[in-house]
Amino acid sequence: MTASSQSPARPAVRLGALARWETLLVILLVGLIAAGARMSPFFISGGNFANLTSSVMEIAIMALPMTLVIIMADIDLSVESMVGLAGAVLGTLVVAGVPLPLAIPVVLAVGALGGLLNGLLVTRAGLPSLVVTLGTLALFRGLANVLLGPTVISVWPDWFTSFGFGTIDGSPIPFTLVVFLVLVVVFWAVAHATWIGRQVFAIGKNAAASRYSGVRVNSMRNWMFVITGMIASLAGIILVARFSSARNDNGTGMTLTVVTVVLLGGVDINGGKGSIPGVVLAVFVLALLQNILRLAGVSSEFQGIAVGLLLVFSVIVPQLARQTRGAVDRARRSRRPPAGPIASGEVTA
Amino acid sequence: MNGSTRRFVVGLAAVALVVAACGSSTATTAPTAAATAAPTAAPASSAPAASQAASAAATQAASQAASGGVTAVMIPKQINNPYFDVAFKGAQKAATDLGGSVTQVGPSAADATQQVPFIQTATTQKAGAIIISADDATAVAPALKAAMAAGIPVVGYDSSPAVGAYNVFVNQADTNGIGAGLAQMACDLAPNCTGEIAVLSAAQSATNQNAWIAAMQTTLKDPKYSKLVWDGVVYGNDDPQVSTQQAQALLQAHPNLKVIVAPTTVGIVAAAQVVRAAKKTGQVFVTGLGTPKGMVDYVKGGESPEFALWNVTDLGYLAYAVANDLANKTITGAPGETFTVPSLNNGQPYTIGADSVVVLGPPFVFNKGNIDQYVASFGF
Repeated sequence: MTASSQSPARPAVRLGALARWETLLVILLVGLIAAGARMSPFFISGGNFANLTSSVMEIAIMALPMTLVIIMADIDLSVESMVGLAGAVLGTLVVAGVPLPLAIPVVLAVGALGGLLNGLLVTRAGLPSLVVTLGTLALFRGLANVLLGPTVISVWPDWFTSFGFGTIDGSPIPFTLVVFLVLVVVFWAVAHATWIGRQVFAIGKNAAASRYSGVRVNSMRNWMFVITGMIASLAGIILVARFSSARNDNGTGMTLTVVTVVLLGGVDINGGKGSIPGVVLAVFVLALLQNILRLAGVSSEFQGIAVGLLLVFSVIVPQLARQTRGAVDRARRSRRPPAGPIASGEVTA
Repeated sequence: MNGSTRRFVVGLAAVALVVAACGSSTATTAPTAAATAAPTAAPASSAPAASQAASAAATQAASQAASGGVTAVMIPKQINNPYFDVAFKGAQKAATDLGGSVTQVGPSAADATQQVPFIQTATTQKAGAIIISADDATAVAPALKAAMAAGIPVVGYDSSPAVGAYNVFVNQADTNGIGAGLAQMACDLAPNCTGEIAVLSAAQSATNQNAWIAAMQTTLKDPKYSKLVWDGVVYGNDDPQVSTQQAQALLQAHPNLKVIVAPTTVGIVAAAQVVRAAKKTGQVFVTGLGTPKGMVDYVKGGESPEFALWNVTDLGYLAYAVANDLANKTITGAPGETFTVPSLNNGQPYTIGADSVVVLGPPFVFNKGNIDQYVASFGF
């Protein structure tokens, strides 16, 4: 009841703030495109577009469920190991003679199960998701190592590898980009136009208040981990297709980039705030930045530094903005009493 | 509410302006940025000024000057790795000799998923040629095939991409060459090419080592080596401690042992240490495959008067020379074709073999006379 009475005012506040962050990202995007076009004559070309998008699609796909998880004030660090485990399971099944169209759903189920393990440990055992998924980060990678050992499975059907690497005939649009865009529409709709999305935001803002308002908080968190695990295994399948090789170290280091993209997309690391469009914009900012650095011949260590700086930047700027706003609010509150729905602090008090 | 909103907008707008300003300033100074970026991408560069030209201009020049040296991009498994830096120096020397240029770019960790974007970028930039040591033979194949489809010659070196994803692979040494080299060094070191020899290998399942040892045994059937007695193979797993134990066991089990052959960089050092510690210098000799830096002490100390490795500088040199020939269309990479590189192989022609593989030559032997020079130039 309380939730519904707050909702008319709250989305207005939220959307306004997001629009500003997204504007910044759009400006960044335009700036990057202009810089890229000036710097290299090869920047504006279909081939380059295909390269720069396909190189971040696994990260982009995983950033979507990660957005919802972080909005709920949880985190899932195990996604990169699930990418590795998915590849290992897929490779093992295919080597054992299971046809690929049958193996793929099995791998997605493994991903969902891995996510369920995360979810149950978080919700039933009441452990912080940071710790649980740090554990499963090691666990899933360990399982991948056990399944594959040092062997690399590199015999895949042509249709599978051309799905991972190819573009739609006669266009520079990678098949994997289509998968991403379909998922964007689904996640966008769910996050911003359904009761599921409203509950996700509510849990992130104040889990206790949501529980008293009748939201099944733990069930929702559990489901989000299941979905994240499943999407991570999908990313694992795509990675295998793109590189036509399943190795035990597939996906290593991806979690950092996924979280970077989500935070750069304007999602609050403390939960409760964020949007799918912002994260989609951030995906392209990252893709463009990496592409431009590579075209400029910047060495790969410095590219790593760039990703790190982006992460710091995307955490610090909103934090500074929040502090500034908080100071302004406090100053105003001392002048006149608060009227109507203002800060979440009021709800908890 | 309104006031704070406005201030927040103003703040963000300020940030946005700063960011936008940074963006546009990098854009306008693009030529200088590219010029400084080139040497950063090529850390080992004693690079000629020509290679510092903006990459775009350089690649255009290369595609125009079809008969001059090609502008090649060298993509090692990993950058800032001494081994690949030495190969890059060789490629740079070849580029200077042939009037072209080469830049080295690549992943900071030996990881195929990080290597592929560099291939794609080189393709986008229409590089004159790609010279690559594959992190994963199949993972890089689709990207390399796309480069070849775009008309860019692809030369593999050190670690081969999948067959069909390169025009020519420059192999540092073939199995038979290494096997023969190991047998010959054992013969050199055993007094009068007579006495017991044993092998200290890496893991029992190590593919390369097993192939080399088998080739060595084949060579030993030659009557020339009939007085060498085979004491068998032990496995040190490329672990210093296990290798040391195995070498000690060899000395105890075979009191008349003359030569330990260790075709692994870990094993050869461990064996030389054991010989020195056991005060058997001059009685038992150690040889095999090692690095100049790891072995210099034992070469001078007499435990290992000679050992072998391929010449990494020459490997880079040959890879560039082949890329250049492919770009100039003097070769296509088809098996059976021959070509000559004046400063390599004593000026004798190279022949492209099955699967479009060219072998650099017999392993390069290091001894007291040349080791200092290679410790300095290889740095590993």
